[in-house]
Amino acid sequence: MANLGPAHYSPYPVAFYDDLLTPPEGKALLLTEIVDEEVAMREIARVMLTSENATIFPGPQVLYAWNDEAKKKATLIKEMAEVLNAKMIPMYDYRPKYPKIDAEVEINPNHPNLTIWHNNIKACIFVGVHCHYANVALKMIRSETDCYTAAICGLSGHEDAMATIRDQHASEMARFIEIAKEVKKELGK
Amino acid sequence: MSIKNMTEEKNWSGQKLVSTDYLLFEAPREKHFMTGSEVLKEAIKRCTVDASVSYPITPQSEAAHLIGELWAEGYVGLYFRGENEFGVMSEVQGCAMAGARTVTTTSGPGTLRAMENFPTWSGTRIPCQLVLMARGINSPLTIQPDNLEVSFLLETGCMIWYAENVQELFDMSIAAFTVAEKPDVHVPIITAVDGFFVSHTRESVMLPADDIALHPYDPYASPLPPIDSEMPPGRFLRDPFVMKSNYISYATHASWQWEVRSAVERSKPYARHYLQGLVHTTGDEDAEIVFVACGTATHQAKEAHRELAKLGIKSKVVKLRTIRPFPHQELLEATKNAKYIFVPEFNIVGWLDKEVTQSLYGKTEAKIVGRPRVAGGMSMPAEAILREVFENTNVKGA
Repeated sequence: MANLGPAHYSPYPVAFYDDLLTPPEGKALLLTEIVDEEVAMREIARVMLTSENATIFPGPQVLYAWNDEAKKKATLIKEMAEVLNAKMIPMYDYRPKYPKIDAEVEINPNHPNLTIWHNNIKACIFVGVHCHYANVALKMIRSETDCYTAAICGLSGHEDAMATIRDQHASEMARFIEIAKEVKKELGK
Repeated sequence: MSIKNMTEEKNWSGQKLVSTDYLLFEAPREKHFMTGSEVLKEAIKRCTVDASVSYPITPQSEAAHLIGELWAEGYVGLYFRGENEFGVMSEVQGCAMAGARTVTTTSGPGTLRAMENFPTWSGTRIPCQLVLMARGINSPLTIQPDNLEVSFLLETGCMIWYAENVQELFDMSIAAFTVAEKPDVHVPIITAVDGFFVSHTRESVMLPADDIALHPYDPYASPLPPIDSEMPPGRFLRDPFVMKSNYISYATHASWQWEVRSAVERSKPYARHYLQGLVHTTGDEDAEIVFVACGTATHQAKEAHRELAKLGIKSKVVKLRTIRPFPHQELLEATKNAKYIFVPEFNIVGWLDKEVTQSLYGKTEAKIVGRPRVAGGMSMPAEAILREVFENTNVKGA
């Protein structure tokens, strides 16, 4: 269930069915394996650089200027998108959209699969989305799409993403960008 | 006293802020002689609690009253009596959603009156603590010990820990805040004890000094934004999402429920650390007779174990310290040599027996006996447990 591809009809969580939990401090989770953070960073960069319509989904924690950290992260995420040749589609709030979401320009935790289907996204990064809403969305994406999900989290990480790195603040994001640049060079992208 | 008096080093009542590890494992302790209600006051005193809401019902009334004294003494930020238990639990939710470390206590019929709130608590991912002093819920009305009410709480999405004695109640109710507030957990926690047997019984207990306390709760290390009526996204957060189910997918509701259960599972590594294991075992490691219990039934099972030892019969007691999350792996490991598993309980329905049987289904050859079951205030003498052993195994009593 923790692997790529539509997992099941229902958004079954890997915490229950695969006994996978968030990675311990200083580590990352790559599918079912706990790995060093750099290993996960390289893999996230590789998948983003080699997948169709790779997209970053920035959430409210980096879309609004709550504090200096949020501002720094927002700037870094723009750079990250450029390095990864990725689009950006915001999850700017968590409200259900009425009468229906404009899947071309936004993603929403209530039906994240619609945005992924509509834009044919094969790899994505969640960043700056509050953990609960990210987790709700990630389970549904795993259940219903073949999109590779990565979560860059400022807190404890997300086991329902296929790759997750935790405790990611501005300095760690800058490191990820440097690693992504190296991977991009290696891939000749 | 005011939250404005908080500094980096001290809370508003002047207590030095320390880590949970220091408070639980490193700080020097002194011996005291206290009831469960009194020791809960001591625990809450050391937890930098922002808010507590109370309502009287036996046997938790004294504990609620004593937390009120903490407010009068300047240790608890806010304290008031709700309209009834439903009101209390709703008000607890309001306090917690606003970013307050919040605690309440209840028992028996109070739990049932408040029932709708518990899955709402977990659905809104608030890390509040309910200290449950279990009592009977039947008619004719009883105020006596009986933990049937815990069975109603099992699937609410709240964590449930069970303390055997006064010491465990003290340590657990401190650890409970810390684990519940972990960002990847962040669900409510119910710390249960058997009413009267623990709440009203005076025991020796080792306590650290009362001039130290936990760091305050940080609502910004939360999986949801705390309430903020001015800034997006706080101002329009929960109500539309949760209430307008016609605008969101059914899969969201399914995923949301799974996420709450996942959060409970994520508490396991933290609970293993702060409780020093999800289960505690006593007795002969290779015993074929194993008692699996929680709360004060464990104490009685240990008495039965001692009596069996006098007869040269090996036995072991496995105390479950967490019920949600259920310690499947630990239970399987602890019962791997068992031929007979007895589940003594203080209720008539055998909810723990059902949990144990389901957890071990297809994984053990042992015969599981869900007895003795006593309820309504009956005590559980060791003889009642021994009788089940002699009737269901081939060992002989004296």
